[in-house]
Amino acid sequence: MISAESLALLIAATLNAGTVVALASLGLLINERAGVLNLGAEGMMLVAAIAGYAACVHTGSDLVGFAAAAGAGALLAAAFGVLVIWLGTNQYATGLALSLFGTGLSAFVGITYTQLRLPERVNHAIPYLADLPFVGPAFFRHHPLVYATIALAIGLTWFLLRSRAGLVLRAVGESPESAHALGYAVRPIRLLAVCVGGALCGVAGAYISLVYTPLWVEGMVAGKGWIALALTTFATWRPLRVLLGAYLFGGVTMLQFQLQGQGVQVPSQLLTMLPYLATIVVLVLISRNPTWIRINMPASLGKPFHPGA
Amino acid sequence: MFKLEPRPAPSKLLTFTSPLIALAITVLVGVALFVALGKDPLAGLQMFFVEPLKSGYALSELSLKATPLVLIALGLSVCFRANLWNIGAEGQFILGAVCAGGVAMQATPESGPLLMPAVLAAGALGGMAWAGIVALLRDRFNASEILVSLMLVYVAEMLLSYLVYGPWKDPNGYNFPQTITFLEAARVPKLVQGWRMNIGMFIAAVAVVGFAVFLYRTFAGFQLQVGGLAPAAARYAGFSSRRALWTALLLSGGMAGLAGALDVAGPQGQLTPYVPLGYGFAAIIVAFVGRLNPFGIVFSAVLMSMFYIGGELAQSRLGLPKALTGVFQGLLLFALLACDTFIHQRLRWVSKK
Repeated sequence: MISAESLALLIAATLNAGTVVALASLGLLINERAGVLNLGAEGMMLVAAIAGYAACVHTGSDLVGFAAAAGAGALLAAAFGVLVIWLGTNQYATGLALSLFGTGLSAFVGITYTQLRLPERVNHAIPYLADLPFVGPAFFRHHPLVYATIALAIGLTWFLLRSRAGLVLRAVGESPESAHALGYAVRPIRLLAVCVGGALCGVAGAYISLVYTPLWVEGMVAGKGWIALALTTFATWRPLRVLLGAYLFGGVTMLQFQLQGQGVQVPSQLLTMLPYLATIVVLVLISRNPTWIRINMPASLGKPFHPGA
Repeated sequence: MFKLEPRPAPSKLLTFTSPLIALAITVLVGVALFVALGKDPLAGLQMFFVEPLKSGYALSELSLKATPLVLIALGLSVCFRANLWNIGAEGQFILGAVCAGGVAMQATPESGPLLMPAVLAAGALGGMAWAGIVALLRDRFNASEILVSLMLVYVAEMLLSYLVYGPWKDPNGYNFPQTITFLEAARVPKLVQGWRMNIGMFIAAVAVVGFAVFLYRTFAGFQLQVGGLAPAAARYAGFSSRRALWTALLLSGGMAGLAGALDVAGPQGQLTPYVPLGYGFAAIIVAFVGRLNPFGIVFSAVLMSMFYIGGELAQSRLGLPKALTGVFQGLLLFALLACDTFIHQRLRWVSKK
């Protein structure tokens, strides 16, 4: 039986792990709502993870680290965006190229940083609330980004469904021809959405290297970028469902450590498989109904748009 | 301002030169990178473009890298032509290696000449089975082949790690995570004494011709490509998209598995956690740079192998990180995709109204 204390820690760890995937997935949701599918998430997150780590090592400031990571993510996304939006390259192939390039580049840049250490990590705790029994350690001792991610999901829901700009974004993704006819600049809007998506993936990458496992290891994103991509589909492109899905994923990831801690006799490799297997299972469950996916998917997702002369 | 406009007809010239232009761009960026790192760019380029071709031994090493790349990329080219995005060839490669290793471990000094083919067949079947999961989930449940195939890469890595740390660990291996070294009967025969080059390159050569015939001379290959280019037309013509799905995925999985088998029964000689070398991902680039054409793939695989060997040499001789290989590979694909745009389009200067 699991004690209240370890349950609180499990909840805390779940929120922590879920935040990485949620941040990236919310970013990808923005560019997918605008009709662009960016398979480069993994590469952007890796480059951003090392960019953030390097910036933090050199300046000693987490904030600068996160800013550098967001910038790196946005920059790579912009390169991807120009290729697919203006040059009309295949979105799958270009995204894959970005992932492969990012994996190589991050390993290349990161090689000098494996020995360097970050400045002392600060413990984040909300005064008074953090001292409450059970809920304190479970909910109130997190990095500010954990709360910011929840706020982002709520804000994004409002933005997409209630704001004018959100309406335009969705129009660009659902029917670029109509948006173009109404006088909206479809391609610049798409580029902006792609860059915002890249920046959020970047912040997620830096969260991994600065907060989640505060060090740099080659390939440390370990498929979380791909899981974030899968998550937008699970969530049928709704921000709050993305958040829920991310926490579920975080829970599965943390369950393995819990089980190991409990001394369950299962080889650790089989437990490490769990999140990936869970992703496949959920993907299968969600995708079973093609109509359901088709109704919810942004109609122009993955299709290039060329405004007529 | 400049404006992109469609060409009346695709540029013949660019169709052939675009990979070369992409390579030139990659080399230029490479030179800039060497200079930025304070290394002599000429020495750097020599590692990548001269050293790998310099001697018979170097060419033998090159063939060891090019063979798996050709095999995997051939399979992937069929997938991509059918508009199926199998990006988990790395996982299929690992499963091929695992299954081949499982058979190779059974070898005894009395094993006959049939054991080696059995090892390779086991590898191909293992890769097929792993890709078959992707096909099944896509066919029955409409699950995205991109995500499923990629997730299975991580699962395959863990499976391999479990086996070499657990049940398959060599009891006399000083507790290293590795299986026994396979006996000679299970190994792929080498061609020249003292070089590591093996018969895998002939298998790859046969596969190139086989895939060219399949793609350009058989009805099944034609059907599959129509399904990729124009799904509606394929449906109207009564071509089964399900059959195309299964054919393409099983074929590419089988090829990746075969490549895995050749690698563990060839240069590697045993299973370790370091069996996956990224060939499955690099082969995606090989397939694209080779224009999804079997003969083009041979050239791009040789080029990509030069990147691999150049990266290793740059590490040992110039003290540059080996990850340089990955940077160049990614850059090459980026540059190629951008250059390819100009086959069908051109830039024209139009005055702003």
